[in-house]
Amino acid sequence: MPEETKAPTPPPSGPPKAAAPHAPAAPAKPAGPTPEPWSSGLVTTLKRQYGSGIREASTYLGQNYMVVDSSLIPELLQVLRDQEQFDYCVDITAVHYPQREKQFDLIWILYSFARNQRIRVKIMIADGEVVPSSVSIWPTANWLEREVYDMFGIRFEGHPDLKRILLPEGWKGHPLRKDYGIIQQDNEWVQINLGIESGQ
Amino acid sequence: MTERSSHLELEQADKTYLDSNELIINMGPQHPATHGVLRVILKLDGEKVLGTECVIGYLHRGVEKIAENRTYTMFNPYVDRMDYVAAVSNGLGYCEAVEKLLNVEAPSRAKYIRVILTELNRLASHMLWLGTHALDIGAITPLFYTFRDREEILKIFEKYCGARLTTHAFRIGGCQYETYDGFEEDVTKFLKFVTPKIDEYEQLLTTNRIWVERTRGVGVISAADCKALGVTGPVLRASGVKWDLRKAQPYAAYSDFDFEIPTGQSGDTYDRYLVRMQEMRQSLRIIEQAVGKIPDGPIMAKVPKVMKPPVGEVYHSIEAPKGELGYFIVSDGSTQPYRVRVRPPSFVNLQALDQMVRGQLVADVIAVIGTLDIVLGEVDR
Repeated sequence: MPEETKAPTPPPSGPPKAAAPHAPAAPAKPAGPTPEPWSSGLVTTLKRQYGSGIREASTYLGQNYMVVDSSLIPELLQVLRDQEQFDYCVDITAVHYPQREKQFDLIWILYSFARNQRIRVKIMIADGEVVPSSVSIWPTANWLEREVYDMFGIRFEGHPDLKRILLPEGWKGHPLRKDYGIIQQDNEWVQINLGIESGQ
Repeated sequence: MTERSSHLELEQADKTYLDSNELIINMGPQHPATHGVLRVILKLDGEKVLGTECVIGYLHRGVEKIAENRTYTMFNPYVDRMDYVAAVSNGLGYCEAVEKLLNVEAPSRAKYIRVILTELNRLASHMLWLGTHALDIGAITPLFYTFRDREEILKIFEKYCGARLTTHAFRIGGCQYETYDGFEEDVTKFLKFVTPKIDEYEQLLTTNRIWVERTRGVGVISAADCKALGVTGPVLRASGVKWDLRKAQPYAAYSDFDFEIPTGQSGDTYDRYLVRMQEMRQSLRIIEQAVGKIPDGPIMAKVPKVMKPPVGEVYHSIEAPKGELGYFIVSDGSTQPYRVRVRPPSFVNLQALDQMVRGQLVADVIAVIGTLDIVLGEVDR
């Protein structure tokens, strides 16, 4: 199992000084497992093809991921599916880092049945940046992209039917952004559609 | 209510409904055969389905947002509320994902207890699926049989951890509870009790002519379509793909046990039924092997009371009764996860509904929703 190898170092026992809750992306502590360079035939091939477009290829806790330039996106995913046999798109998701200039991490989790290998492809995009849709590569991306749009407001170009999926269509705001409060809601929507002052 | 726009539109929109054979009807959200609050908009030509659109989100509770505002330990009970008929599997996936992030491993005794409870839960989930699926198609008897036998599993859960459905059975780093006195006897007794019962269900259905007519050739999906649509679990296996995460990337103690991956060929509702029936027998096999040789030792690994996983991301997935259940967790080094993404099998599998019912009869939609084995708590989160 290439994925199941574990670094032997134990986790650091929690330092006594508590960090402020939700300080985004505190600097990495030196102790504990650290990402190591991921060297494999796949990375070599892609690096030869795309050069510095593959910004980082690392292994963390036995899991492989690469950070790539957002301009590579539909093409690289297509190559991964057609030439490298990553025929199963497990998940598409995003993470919001409001302090960063490129606020969002957008992540594809891919699996290859033939290789029994899972990788993650990550890009960083700014708020409002449009990402090419991967529905034509994996049809499963349809609902997954709709959920990312619903929760983060990231738009996918070329998606056949990009609209909210879990929240009602008229809802304002994208709840998984960090600036959206935990009890925040679209009061106007609640008043009009549910006829109550507040959902709380 | 503001109406959701739908991509399904009558092709002859300028005409009245009477001029056209096409009809758009609404199924659910409150409908007993949708297994929860699922709304399906159906475009029909007479009895034939031309297209569908699922409207989901009625049970959305913002689980992923809640996770960001709780500590790792506090979020653990919430995951039980997603797939509430297989809460143990949800807990296993979450605990293992956080353990991976903390770089600890549960002791082998805990792993065995986890395997036994998770497989019992798989049985319970499949029993509930069988009962309700058969009921949807018109066979009432299996429901009483499966609920009677599922009760025995829930009793074991109750004796083990005090809860029947939302068990919160596991903790990050192992299990909170030691097995109770007589746990192994109870499980062995249950195995003896349930093995002939599964044959009994099969006697009711496998060669039943009505059952075969209603399921064979219904909702066919090919292996290639399954992969393209990300469909996993018994649905994928019934299409002939021998893939099970318990074998492909073993977690917990699954590599210690001997079991088969049942597969089908035609990818229709009948094959999915057969695959799940076989899976129940394989689960019994795993439990039988595990229960006799639960190793001695601690049930909890050394985990800090205040959990602060090092900065990093991890994706861990398990084979839940419904398919691949994954957790993608991002840690920023604080006590609360920066982001928890749940990859729910039901959500992704439900997307295949449209392809599976296109061109079929409207009555088959019910059969296909049943055979996908979705739980709306997990679809909507």
